[in-house]
Amino acid sequence: MALIDTISPLLTTGWSKGDAGWSLKDYEARGGYAQLKRILSSKMTQDELIAEVKKSSLRGRGGAGFPTGLKWSFMPKAAPEKYVVCNTDEGEPGTFKDRDLLRYDPHSTIEGMIIAGYAVGAKRGYNYIHGEIFDIYQRFEEALDQARAAGYLGERILGSDFSFDLFAHHGWGAYICGEETGLLESIEGKKGQPRYKPPFPANFGLYGKPTTINNTETFAAIPFILGMGGEAYLNLGKPNNGGTKLFSVSGHVNRPGNYEVPMGTPFAKLLEMAGGMRGGRKLKAVIPGGSSAPVLPADVMMECTMDYDSIAKAGSMLGSGAVIVMDETVCMVKALERLSYFYFEESCGQCTPCREGSGWLYRVVHRIEHGQGRPEDLDLLNRVTDNMMGKTICALADAAAFPVRSFIKHFKSEFEYHIEHKKCLVDPEVQRAGSGFFRASSVARVA
Amino acid sequence: MNKQNDMLSPELSPEALRKIDREVAKYPADQKQSAVMAALVIAQDEKGWLSKETIAAVASYLGMPPIAAYEVATFYNMYDLQPVGKYKLTVCTNLPCALSGGVHAADYVKEKLGIDFNETTPDGKFTLKEGECMGACGDAPVMLVNNKRMCSFMLPEAIDKLLAECN
Ligand SMILES: Cc1cc2nc3c(=O)[nH]c(=O)nc-3n(C[C@H](O)[C@H](O)[C@H](O)COP(=O)(O)O)c2cc1C
Ligand code: SF4
Ligand code: FES
Repeated sequence: MALIDTISPLLTTGWSKGDAGWSLKDYEARGGYAQLKRILSSKMTQDELIAEVKKSSLRGRGGAGFPTGLKWSFMPKAAPEKYVVCNTDEGEPGTFKDRDLLRYDPHSTIEGMIIAGYAVGAKRGYNYIHGEIFDIYQRFEEALDQARAAGYLGERILGSDFSFDLFAHHGWGAYICGEETGLLESIEGKKGQPRYKPPFPANFGLYGKPTTINNTETFAAIPFILGMGGEAYLNLGKPNNGGTKLFSVSGHVNRPGNYEVPMGTPFAKLLEMAGGMRGGRKLKAVIPGGSSAPVLPADVMMECTMDYDSIAKAGSMLGSGAVIVMDETVCMVKALERLSYFYFEESCGQCTPCREGSGWLYRVVHRIEHGQGRPEDLDLLNRVTDNMMGKTICALADAAAFPVRSFIKHFKSEFEYHIEHKKCLVDPEVQRAGSGFFRASSVARVA
Repeated sequence: MNKQNDMLSPELSPEALRKIDREVAKYPADQKQSAVMAALVIAQDEKGWLSKETIAAVASYLGMPPIAAYEVATFYNMYDLQPVGKYKLTVCTNLPCALSGGVHAADYVKEKLGIDFNETTPDGKFTLKEGECMGACGDAPVMLVNNKRMCSFMLPEAIDKLLAECN
């Protein structure tokens, strides 16, 4: 079980009982479904509801940080058939918050989706769940059965004239299905290849119908926002960065896990909550928003607060809230090689700059790492990224380019050392010890 | 040449078809194809892997062209288009996991089983695969057994235990 610790818990209030607190009766005991009931019994209008979400300044938690209330307001009012889709295809390396949200508190996402359905006038929703977490998919289906049996889903919910049903769809191993239009294609039973935009999903979404698609954490926040009021939620964070956010902290910390903190919390505080650096070693670099976000050196990161604006000002992105912590045992060339392999492997192949470019990036970083780099390779890498960024159907090409550019920018001397000396600046034995795997093994042997 | 495959009928059992029907019911009546991903998983679970004939059987049940189902089966990583061992182990080696031993866990399994990624042990028991981020990086090293069972904190003792349990 992932360790959790929070300042002002909201999304994680239901997590304290671990796997024993996810079911409907637990959620109701925590005040769950009260907001749905209130909306239905008070006959709140769609505009009032959307206005409240706008007031909260909630921004999409899936990576792009788009204002949620604004996104909902784009849905055409008159269309007879509309959909709400939840993106739990959490595949951005470093991110594991949506899995825990559905594991420990699936009903907050369900309630959030029902409320979204009411706000945009949709009668049907789907939650697309990452293929690798099949047990979570099964739990979500169980939670849906509970909600249906209690009358929160289905025809004429709680005796109102609002009907909405919700289903789970699982992926089966394709990072690109996290991209919203790739995800919609995938629900349609096709290859998950992203669509040209525009048209955006609000006009042409699932089965060609207007569709609102949000991240799991975005939906899960909705009942809490309505419970406390949009303004109070905003005030938990800082202007333009409302509320709390889940951060998935991985890598070289003592207690990897999900931590919920108010937007604007200093990174240093988050690091402390995660138990500090493993083995007391020195922080070298942090990728603050999932593997697609530019890496930041330790000194820059230590000055940041955890919110969209501060991280952007430092030259990176808050992204999905995946904080990948690296200490001095990491070889930055090897780290980049692994990330570049990922994007090469996961490119869907539709766009030439992405398909060919991601392969070039991987092969060139690979040869530098393996002592066959050439002095002109760093320029070559930057040129390849120039030919990828902003030139493709979706942002995966940019996601492949950002790590390359930022690793070279901030850790150039390590790349140059590799090219010149045909080996790592960081001693291989030091690197090997960094993961903690073998130390654990020797302990096991003694025991 | 495909004698062995012919012996294994591509037809799905009534139970598998019932499961597929439950998936079909989730989608609008004219969108049966939406169930193809789940249907292929159900078929893979039953047959152990997806032959062209099994994929065609799924397509025909859902009323879609076989090539459309085949495209899906080849696009997503967790469909097995070749026979695999009784236990397919997929180890995540992506960076966040690697920082906490993902690559070393894979090396450890390779050494214990005497196989590399994408290989199967001679007794047909284990197949080893390299995985991408499974959305569980806080529990690194992580490993999937037969696509559906996630194993967390796979340090040497845990790997030893898992391998010993697989019979
Ligand atoms: C390559 C790629 C992968 C993505 N993966 C995810 C993902 O796993 N989960 C997610 O919520 N959003 C992901 N997104 C972002 C979605 O396209 C979309 O912006 C998001 O689901 C919108 O929800 P939000 O506004 O609530 O953030 C990805 C985008 C790209 C380009
Ligand atoms: S940018 Fe890459 S992943 Fe995105 S649509 Fe183009 S080829 Fe596919
Ligand atoms: S990197 Fe291995 S689960 Fe995320």
